[in-house]
Amino acid sequence: MSEPAICCADITLGYGPHPAVHHLDGDIDRGSLTAILGPNGAGKSTLLKAIAGELKPIAGHFDFGTPKPRIAYLPQIAEIDRSFPLTVFELLSLGLWRKTGLFGGLSHDDRHAVEQALHAVGLVGFENRTLDTLSGGQMSRVLFARVMLQDADIVLLDEPFAAIDTRTVADLMGLIAHWHAEGRTILAVLHDEALARAHFPTTLLLARETIAWGPTEDVLTETNLRAARRMVEAHDPHAPVCEVA
Amino acid sequence: MLYALLIAPFTEFDFMRRALVGASVLALSAAPIGVFLMLRRMSLVGDAMAHAILPGAALGYLVAGLSLGAMTLGGLIAGFAVALLAGLIARITRLREDASLAAFYLMSLALGVTLISARGSNIDLLHVLFGSVLALDDQALILIGGVATVTLVTLAIIIRPLVMESIDPVFLRSVSRAGAPAHLAFLALAVLNLVGGFQALGTLLAVGLMMLPAIAARFWARTLTGMIAVATLIGIVATYAGLLLSYHLGLASGPTIILVAGVLYLLSIIAGTQGGLLLALLPRKHLEA
Repeated sequence: MSEPAICCADITLGYGPHPAVHHLDGDIDRGSLTAILGPNGAGKSTLLKAIAGELKPIAGHFDFGTPKPRIAYLPQIAEIDRSFPLTVFELLSLGLWRKTGLFGGLSHDDRHAVEQALHAVGLVGFENRTLDTLSGGQMSRVLFARVMLQDADIVLLDEPFAAIDTRTVADLMGLIAHWHAEGRTILAVLHDEALARAHFPTTLLLARETIAWGPTEDVLTETNLRAARRMVEAHDPHAPVCEVA
Repeated sequence: MLYALLIAPFTEFDFMRRALVGASVLALSAAPIGVFLMLRRMSLVGDAMAHAILPGAALGYLVAGLSLGAMTLGGLIAGFAVALLAGLIARITRLREDASLAAFYLMSLALGVTLISARGSNIDLLHVLFGSVLALDDQALILIGGVATVTLVTLAIIIRPLVMESIDPVFLRSVSRAGAPAHLAFLALAVLNLVGGFQALGTLLAVGLMMLPAIAARFWARTLTGMIAVATLIGIVATYAGLLLSYHLGLASGPTIILVAGVLYLLSIIAGTQGGLLLALLPRKHLEA
C-alpha cells in the first residue's frame, strides 16, 4: 500500500473550548472513497473544513505528504450567496483559478473544459443562466462541475446530496465513482446510510469521538449506529479539561 | 429652443462644463463601487464611510483652510483608518464588519463634528457636507480624474477575488490568498471615491451618486456586467439632468443631481424590467416549456 493521502494525527477540532471532533486518529488511503456519517453536530463538516485548511486544529495535525496535494472542497449549498448576479459560466470559469490566476484569460481549451464539465453534469445550455434562477439540484450539479474543473487530488464533499431528488443523486454518484476510478481521494459527508453501503467502500462514523472507521459493512453495524446516536449534542458546561496528550 | 434648454447652459458657462465632466467621471468611477457594495449587502457602508471621512477633512480644513489638498489628504487618512480598522477587527474577532464599522465611524464622526464646531462656523460645515459642484477648479478635476483612473484599474485587478469572496469565500480561500487584500483594497476604493466626491457633491451626497444608480440598476440588469453598465449610465444621466434642472430652476446643483438619481431609482422600481412593479401587475404570459 502506498503512503496515505491524509494522515490524521490525533486531531482535535473545535470553535471554542468544547471539541467538535475529539482525538481523531487514522489514515485516509490514497484513492479511497470514504463516507463520513454521524448525527447532527458530530463534527463531520468541521472535519472537512479542517482538511480544506479552513480551520486550524486545536491539537494534532494533518500530514498530506509532499508535494502538497490539490484539494477541492464542495461546500453546503447554503454557504453560497446565490443572489449574486453571476452566470453559471462565470462561476465555473472561476473554478479554473489555479490555471488562470488573478488575471489570466480563458483560453479556447478552458472554455471547452467548462463546456465539458457542464455536459458531464447534465447542464448543457445553462451557461448564461444566473445562479438565482437555478434549483437546488441544478446548483449542486454546478458545484460538481466546478470540482471537476479544479482537477484536484483530494475531493471533499460536504453534504452533496442534501435535499436532492434520486435521479440527481444517481447522476452525481456516477461522477463520484468516475473520480474514484481516476484515483482521486474522496471524502463525502452523508446522511444516507443506504447510499454509503451501496457506493462507499470505507466509512468513518463520527459522533465527536470516532465511533468506528473502516470498511463500510464493518462500520455500519446496529451497535455502532446506536452508539453514534447516543452522542449528547449539548455542551457539558462542567466537562473537565481533557488531559490526553 | 431645445438647444437653449438642453445644451446652451454647457456651451455658455465654463463652470457648467466642469461640473458636468467632474460629476460624470465621478459617476463612472463610483457606480461600480456602489454595485459591489449593494451586492455584498453593504449598501449603508458608503454612508458610514462618508461620516468617517468628515473628521479628516475637518482637520485638513482647520490646518490649511479651504484647501483641496489638505482636506483630501485628511479625508483619505481618516477614511482609510476607519475602513482598515473595521475590516481588521472583523477578521480577527467575532464582531461582524457592519458592527465594527458602525463603532468606528461614530467615533470618527463625533470627533469631526467636535473639531468643526470648536473652530469653524456653520457655513463651513455646510460647505464640507454639501460640496460645490459648480466651483470645480482644475485641481479638483484632476483629483476626480485620478480617483476614477485608480478605481477602474484597481477594480480590474481585484474583480475576480472580489466576486468570489462575495459568493463563496471558502472556495476563494482554498485557491488563493487574495481574498482579504482584495476586500481591503475595495474598502479603500470606496473611501477614495467618497473623498473624490466630497469636493464635487459633499461627503453626504457623494454617497448618493455611488449608491442610488447602483441600486436602481438592480431593476434593469441580470448580470454583474450589465448592472455596472446600467448604474454608470444612470449616474451620468442624473448628473446631466440634475445640472440642467438646477440651472433652469435655480436650485442647489449637488442635491438636485442626487434627487434626479433618486427619481430614476423610483422609476426603476416601477418600470424596471427585472422585477419592476409594473411588470408584476401586467397579465403574465408564460412559455410552453
